[in-house]
Amino acid sequence: MSPPAGESPHWPAVGRTPRFRSPLLHAGIILGLIVIHFILPEYHNGNLARIMVLAVYAMGYNILFGYTGLLSLGHALFFAAGMYGLGLPMHLLGATPAPAFLGGLATALVVSAVIGFLALRTSGVAFMIVTLMFAQAGFLTVLLFGEYTRGDEGFVIQQAARQVAGIDLTDPSNRYFAALTLFGVCLLLIAWLVQTPFGRCLVAIRENEERARLLGYDVLAHKLGAVIISGTMSGAAGAAYALLFGYAGATFASVQYSILPLLWVLLGGAGTTIGPFIGTVFMFYLIDLASGVTSAYMLIAGLALVLLTIFAPQGLAGELRRRLMSWLP
Amino acid sequence: MLDNRSRTGHLPGTMTRRRAIGTLAAVGSLPLAARFAQAQSSEPIRIGFQVHRTGIGAAYGRWYDRTTEAAARRINDAGGINGRPVEIIAEDDGTDPKRGAEVVEKFATQHNCDIAFGTLFSHVVIGSAPRAGELKIPYFVVSEGHHVASGILNRYTLQPGITDVKSQVEAMGPYVAENLGKKVTMIFPDFAFGHDHRDYFSASIERQGGTVVEKIAIPPTETAFTKYFPRIPQDTEVVYHVMVGPAVLTFVKELGEFFGPSSPEIFGFIDSLEAVDITSPGLEFLEGSYFWEGYPRYAQADQTEYDKAYRAAVGVDDNGAALSDSKDVSTYAHMFGCWETLNIVKAGMEASGYAGPDDRAALIEAVEAMTDLPHSLDHPQGAKVFNGRTHQVFGHQYISRVNEGRLDVVHTTSIEDTLYEDETDYTAQAF
Amino acid sequence: MDFGPHLILATLEGAITAAVISLTAVGLSIVFGIMRIVNVAHGEFFMLGAIIAWWVATAVGGHPAVGFVVAILVAPATVGVIAAATDWLVLRRITYDPERTIVATIGLLYIIQQATLMTFGPDARPVEPPFNRRLAIPWVEFGDGGLSLVWPWGLGTTSYKLAVIVAAVVILTALWLVMKRTRLGLIMRATQLDSEMAMAFGIPVTRVYAVVFGLGAGLAALGAVLIVPVQQAHYLMGGDPLLLSFIAVIIGGLGSLPGTLVAAVLIGLSDGIISVFFSPTLAKILATLLVAFVLVFRPEGLFGRRKT
Repeated sequence: MSPPAGESPHWPAVGRTPRFRSPLLHAGIILGLIVIHFILPEYHNGNLARIMVLAVYAMGYNILFGYTGLLSLGHALFFAAGMYGLGLPMHLLGATPAPAFLGGLATALVVSAVIGFLALRTSGVAFMIVTLMFAQAGFLTVLLFGEYTRGDEGFVIQQAARQVAGIDLTDPSNRYFAALTLFGVCLLLIAWLVQTPFGRCLVAIRENEERARLLGYDVLAHKLGAVIISGTMSGAAGAAYALLFGYAGATFASVQYSILPLLWVLLGGAGTTIGPFIGTVFMFYLIDLASGVTSAYMLIAGLALVLLTIFAPQGLAGELRRRLMSWLP
Repeated sequence: MLDNRSRTGHLPGTMTRRRAIGTLAAVGSLPLAARFAQAQSSEPIRIGFQVHRTGIGAAYGRWYDRTTEAAARRINDAGGINGRPVEIIAEDDGTDPKRGAEVVEKFATQHNCDIAFGTLFSHVVIGSAPRAGELKIPYFVVSEGHHVASGILNRYTLQPGITDVKSQVEAMGPYVAENLGKKVTMIFPDFAFGHDHRDYFSASIERQGGTVVEKIAIPPTETAFTKYFPRIPQDTEVVYHVMVGPAVLTFVKELGEFFGPSSPEIFGFIDSLEAVDITSPGLEFLEGSYFWEGYPRYAQADQTEYDKAYRAAVGVDDNGAALSDSKDVSTYAHMFGCWETLNIVKAGMEASGYAGPDDRAALIEAVEAMTDLPHSLDHPQGAKVFNGRTHQVFGHQYISRVNEGRLDVVHTTSIEDTLYEDETDYTAQAF
Repeated sequence: MDFGPHLILATLEGAITAAVISLTAVGLSIVFGIMRIVNVAHGEFFMLGAIIAWWVATAVGGHPAVGFVVAILVAPATVGVIAAATDWLVLRRITYDPERTIVATIGLLYIIQQATLMTFGPDARPVEPPFNRRLAIPWVEFGDGGLSLVWPWGLGTTSYKLAVIVAAVVILTALWLVMKRTRLGLIMRATQLDSEMAMAFGIPVTRVYAVVFGLGAGLAALGAVLIVPVQQAHYLMGGDPLLLSFIAVIIGGLGSLPGTLVAAVLIGLSDGIISVFFSPTLAKILATLLVAFVLVFRPEGLFGRRKT
């Protein structure tokens, strides 16, 4: 698989950008999301809370795919690791949300480290299949232990249990700001990460792995780091989803949920910090609005995808970078 | 499928996709205002209908859709609820728990629905119910899962129109042990619905002195089944099967091919053949086998007036297929739940004097207060008893035998056979 | 059932799975090898094959064999034409860029699924096999009187299932002959080796691509027509064949047709045989992990050449 945004004369430009633009953009997005909360009607507030959590998933995916050039088809495993890492202790042991959330992160971290260690022996399409297979095995494992996980049916995390330090996470405003906090932290983390030597090395690996190796970088260690950061961030999204929306189920571990972040990232713009968020918003509202017009909304979604690949080949943020904002991180 | 504005009329002036079921069709030239004159407001009562239009539940969703349309049409023809017309607002949940929860949010905060209603697959119900509870919108499900009665959901979620899997399965033990055999092999899908069958039926048959000699859990991703059948022990007297999803027909066919001419007794849940024509090629071996039916698909010799009228209203012929297409077989054993649930909603809203979203708690209390639901056109499947504490209804179950390519009822359980001890008390929860 | 008969039955079932995966996977492999793209909609072409077979068989009527024969001619051809048209309309425009092709074919997957749901509906519909006799299989057993032949309960297959295996072998042999012995095969192999060089030699590469894409989809559809009397047509049936054939292509080694074939047989058989020894879901998990570990320890696939 060739790296995304292959013909990228803009890449070296990252270093030369006026340094204030990128922080300004990210702070502006977070600020905008705060302001918009007080303007939008309840329905869209609820949607946006969900979208922000899913966008964290997409951003995690983007670290590996967009910045490192590794296409995984098994990220649902990491999302589910976070989801069940948080959900099972709460459901079975009565754990409180804060330690359970850390449990979700830790589970995702361990799972991604193990999968990374094994799967990074491969590359390209073999990497796609290996990650796909591990994720499929994970999905079936959730079913195999149905006694505890309730398999596909899943379980509810009761409203009374979803309180952190006296804050009721089931309240719409609290939920929104909890989602925004997670989203903001992850966005700034990625914006910072891609400016560090580590982040630049990932891009170097994506552009030309051989050259990166000749330059003396430990390519495998960097890739493993990328898998772990990517997997843990995806797990954070899974844990947050279970906590904020009160449900964990095997559906979230299925193949379909591995394909979604790929789709969001490609639509929004791979290898950009804001692309995953744009792609998630776009896809959510595409389906939501289309389903209001016709029950054949998947047809519309399908057509939109095909047209986008023809007319906006680098995703929405990629087009933005190409046409207007060449400094876009 | 293409158009939400199918088959039914519109309220004058609303050019949106939302449907006012049948108001115009029946009322004819009578002005709407005159028809619903006694109501203080003739604003429609808005019922958000969560439906499997896509995904693996689509075959059920299509019939849930038709039954719901028919029930709403009947309610409107009789003057609506509290003098107000009923408007069904349908949204596809894609048979996916994430989309299901989003759809419930959409009903509550975007469409301003009075209640949410519908859907079959348990994972969609369990994924959506927490949101319904948080948004404080009554959520009437037609799912036959044990989730409501098990106590894991909340006070806003009710299942008053269809019995749950635990009561269905437990009621089968006595008949199977007495008439078919005591050594049973169970074949079921390896997920929660299948595990419920496994656990409740094993307990039930053991109470009758029988045993489950083998339990074969099939992975839900499977599309070919023959390789699992050799696990059926030679001394099996009864094979108990239940399967859901698109591969059900393959499953049943391969079961027949496996046994050939010398099969044990076969007892299945009709779920294995919902929306499938029982006379399909390859199913000849089912002759003489037994099925649980939630509601007999074929019109019986002693068919009631209620069943006749219900079939006519939904558009189903005496063989359980669409009147317009005899190959289009319905999900007859489940979809009646939509019809009966809407009638419960109507009764509950009338009893509580429901006027708007402020009365949602009163509506739930009114439904919780219900007990005996007599056999009537409101409840064509049979008499039922509603348990307000567990939010679950109980009713008769039917066992049918395949006879010359149709299902004839051979046994009807009593309601008492299907009861079990309460596992929760939702009325103790605050609103 | 005893261990021996059980193993025979599971192997037979595995062989049928293998036969269908081989056709679908070889179709994917040709597309992958020559055009270097991942076609996510490949499973949907499989599904379309089954759906069209149902339509044709229902429209023709009469003896099941008549409908089936017409279906096996019409369905793959129709699907091939549809696929070639999408190649021309979509893939050509995005210059076969790997990532964009994935998104575009996901879009295509949605379109095909929804269109099928709207026209064909959500039900699973059967196609009658042209012939279907149940064949009991004997087994030898040591009894009191020495060796004797017995007919274990449930040990059997159908004539149609055996025919599926034979048909797959015949079709794949024919394909091999086309690739090795005909001008079309030569052109395809030349394009696979070096598309720019091929173009320089006057091969109309874009047209070859359309043909290849159509051929790949047609093979998937052919596999579907063969299996549809056993497994019914349904609008969501494309997922499994896509996954399995995708796996077969990678395990076999990219672009290696014999490799794909061997991998398809291995996957089909192991799926059946592992199910003898473990509980069904655990068997699926183990079969899945087996694929993962084969690649972890042999990333280039069984027949692929290690990159130097």
